[in-house]
Amino acid sequence: MTTTSSDTSTKLRERIRHAITSQQQPTITVLSSLLAVQDAIHYIPDEAIEEVADHSRTSINEVWSVASFYTNFRFTPPGRVTLDVCWGPSCHLLGAQNVLKAVQDELGIDEEATTEDGTVTLRYSTCLGACANAPVVAVDHHMKGRVTPDSAAQLAAGLRTNPPESH
Amino acid sequence: MPSQFEELVERANARWAELADSDKPWIRVQGGTSGQAAGSDEVLAAVKEAVQSLGVEANVTPVSAIGLMYLETIVDVQMPGEPRVLYGNVTPELAAEIVDKHVRGGSPIIERAFAYWGDRDKRPDILPHIEDLDSFGKQTRIVTRNFGTTNPKSLLHYVANGGYAALNRALFEQTPESIVDEVKASGLRGRGGAAFPTGVKWSFLAPNKAPVKYVLCNCEEGDPGAFNDKGILENDPHTLIEGLIINGYATNSTHGYVFIRQGHEIPIEATRKAIRDAYEAGLLGENILGSNFSFEMEVSLTGDSYVAGEETALMEAIEGKRSTPRFKPPFPAAAGLWQKPTNINNVKTISYVPSIVSNSADWFKSTGTETSSGTAIVCLSGHIKHPGMYEVAMGMTIRQVLEEIGGGVTGGEEIKVLQTGGPLGGVLGADAFDVEIDFDAMSKAGAILGSGGIIVGNETTDVVDLIRSLIAFTQFESCGKCFPCRLGNTHMLEVLDRMCKNDSRPGDLELIEKVGTNMKIGSLCGHGQLGYNPVSSALQYFGDEFKERMEGALEPSGSFGDGSMILPTRTRP
Repeated sequence: MTTTSSDTSTKLRERIRHAITSQQQPTITVLSSLLAVQDAIHYIPDEAIEEVADHSRTSINEVWSVASFYTNFRFTPPGRVTLDVCWGPSCHLLGAQNVLKAVQDELGIDEEATTEDGTVTLRYSTCLGACANAPVVAVDHHMKGRVTPDSAAQLAAGLRTNPPESH
Repeated sequence: MPSQFEELVERANARWAELADSDKPWIRVQGGTSGQAAGSDEVLAAVKEAVQSLGVEANVTPVSAIGLMYLETIVDVQMPGEPRVLYGNVTPELAAEIVDKHVRGGSPIIERAFAYWGDRDKRPDILPHIEDLDSFGKQTRIVTRNFGTTNPKSLLHYVANGGYAALNRALFEQTPESIVDEVKASGLRGRGGAAFPTGVKWSFLAPNKAPVKYVLCNCEEGDPGAFNDKGILENDPHTLIEGLIINGYATNSTHGYVFIRQGHEIPIEATRKAIRDAYEAGLLGENILGSNFSFEMEVSLTGDSYVAGEETALMEAIEGKRSTPRFKPPFPAAAGLWQKPTNINNVKTISYVPSIVSNSADWFKSTGTETSSGTAIVCLSGHIKHPGMYEVAMGMTIRQVLEEIGGGVTGGEEIKVLQTGGPLGGVLGADAFDVEIDFDAMSKAGAILGSGGIIVGNETTDVVDLIRSLIAFTQFESCGKCFPCRLGNTHMLEVLDRMCKNDSRPGDLELIEKVGTNMKIGSLCGHGQLGYNPVSSALQYFGDEFKERMEGALEPSGSFGDGSMILPTRTRP
C-alpha cells in the first residue's frame, strides 16, 4: 500500500510544479509561486514549500518564513467551500458580530475553522471591499452583501447541504 | 498616413457608434465588487435570459459602477435616439420586467427608475435628470468620469471616450521634463495618505540615469471602509494604466507594477485584461505608439498583509519576501525595488495624470483649494443613507458630503462619530464635521484624509467598542518587525477589551497613553507610528465616554451583553 501514498505524493508534486511553472506574469518570486499553488490546490502542503524552494533556488526556511507571514495561506486542506465573514468597522457598525455568531452557531464551530463534515471553512475577513453594501460575506471570493444574521446563517446552511462544485 | 493612435481612435469610435448610435436598444448592467455584493451577476444573467427568451433585439453590456452603491444593482436602458433611463435596486425579477415592458414594449417603468441621463429636451419632467440628484450632481467627476458608462473590460470603450489621447500627446508633443513640470504646477498631491507633491516625487527619480527604473502603483488598499483604489481598477483600469505609462515616460522609467492584494478577483481580472489589451494595441511594450519610448507593465499580487501597503514593505512583497518595512535611507528614488531607482504612487494619484496632461495644470488647479487641488474620491459607509463612492471637489466640508451627497444619517437622528482615512486615521467627533476636505485642514483637525474612506456612526455607536475593533485590526495586522508596535497593539487591545467588559483597572488610561507614545517613537513605519491615533483621537472627542465606561456606568459593550467580541486568534509567527 505504500506505493499508493507515494503515488498520491507524486501526483501532488506534479500539480504543485504545474502551478508554479504556469504562472503568466514575467516576475516569478517565492510569494507569487506560493499564491499560484494556493490558487490551484487551495492550501500549502509541505511538498509545496519544498517545490517552491527548489524552483526559486532558496531554502525551505526562507519559503516557510514567507508562507507563514501572509494570513491568507493555510497549511491544511480547506473545506469544499470557503465562507469569509467581514469584521471590519463598516460591517461592525451594521451588525457583523451578530452575523459572525449566527454563522458560527449554524456551522457548529466557535472560531475560524472547518466544519466537522469538511464542507465549509469559515474565515474572518478584515475587509472584503464592498463596504457600501455591508455587512458583507463572500463564498469562494464571490461577494454577498446586505446580509442579516438570519440570511447569513441560511446561506451557511445551504453551503453545507449543497456546496458549490467549484473546488 | 494616419498614425497608430489615429487608427486606434477610428476603430474605437466605430465600435462605440455600434452601441451608442445603434438602432437597437442598449442595456447596460453595472457591476463591480459592490455591485456583485448587491446581486449584479444574477441581474446580468436575468437580462440576457429575458432578451433571449423574449426574442428582443438589444445590445447587453456589463459596465462599470457609477458609485451610487445604495441603488445597486443599477440597470441602464437606452432606447434608440432617446436618453438613458436608470433603474435602481434591480432584482432579477425586475430585470426581466424591464426587458419586457421598456425594451420590448417601449414604455419605461417610471416608478422603478430613479433618473434619466442625456439630452434634457427629450425627456422633460417625467424623471429627474441624473445631474439633478444631489448624490450625483454635487460631484466633480475627473477620475470617475467614465464610471457607469463604459465597459471596464473594453479598451475601445476607453479610447472612444477620449482615452490614451493624453499618452499620445505626451509622447509626441511633450518632453519628460515638461510633463514633470506640468504635474508639479498642477499641485497634485499623493492620495495614499502622505499627501506629498507628486511632481516633486517624480523629479527625484527623473534625472537618475540608471538603465532600469521602476514606477510602482499601490493598490494594496487594506483599509477597511476604503474601496476607491480597487474601484478605479475594476471600473476604469485604463485610466490608471495610461497614467502609469505617462509616469514612466516622465521619469524615464522602464517598468511599472500594479500592486494588488490577492482575492479581489474583479479588480485583478480587470487590470490584467487591460494590460493585455494595451500590449496588443501597442500602448505597452517596445516603441509605444511608434515612439522611441518602451515600457513594460505587470500586475504583482500580494498575500494578505496590511503593512504591505507601506512603500518599502510593498517592495519587499514584490520581491517575494515578507512585507516588512525597510530602514530609510536609502530612499526608493535612489535604491528601491531590487535596489533600483523607484517611485511609488497611489492608484488615485496616478489616475489624475491623464486628465492633467490632456487639460493642463491650470485646469486641474481650478478645482479644489489653494493647497489641495483637484478632487477627493470618498467612500461612504456605515450609518449613512447613500453609501457609495463619490468624487468631490476639495474644499467641500465633510458635513456637506455627508448630508448633501450621503443623504444624512440612518438608524438614528444624528451623526456621532466618523472614522476617516483608514483605522490609523482615527475618529472625528461632531466638532470637526465642518472641516473642509483638504489635506491640511483635515490634518489640523487631527484627521487624515488618506484613503478617502469615511465610516459613519450614528448616536447609538459605542465609541469604545468601535475603537476596540480598530485596534483589533491594527493588532492583527502588525507585521511584528518592531516590538513597540507588535506588543503595543496587543497591550492596547487588552486595555480596551477590559473597558468594554466593565473590567477596567485604575491607571488603564495612563498605561494606554504610555504604550501609544512608545509605539509612536519606536516604530519604523506608519503602522506603529500612527497606531495610537485611534485611541488618542477618540479620547480627544469622546473622553467622557471613556471615563463613564471605566467607572462602570454603562452596560458592557458589544453585541453579546458581556462585552466580548469575536476576533481572529491567528497571529504572525
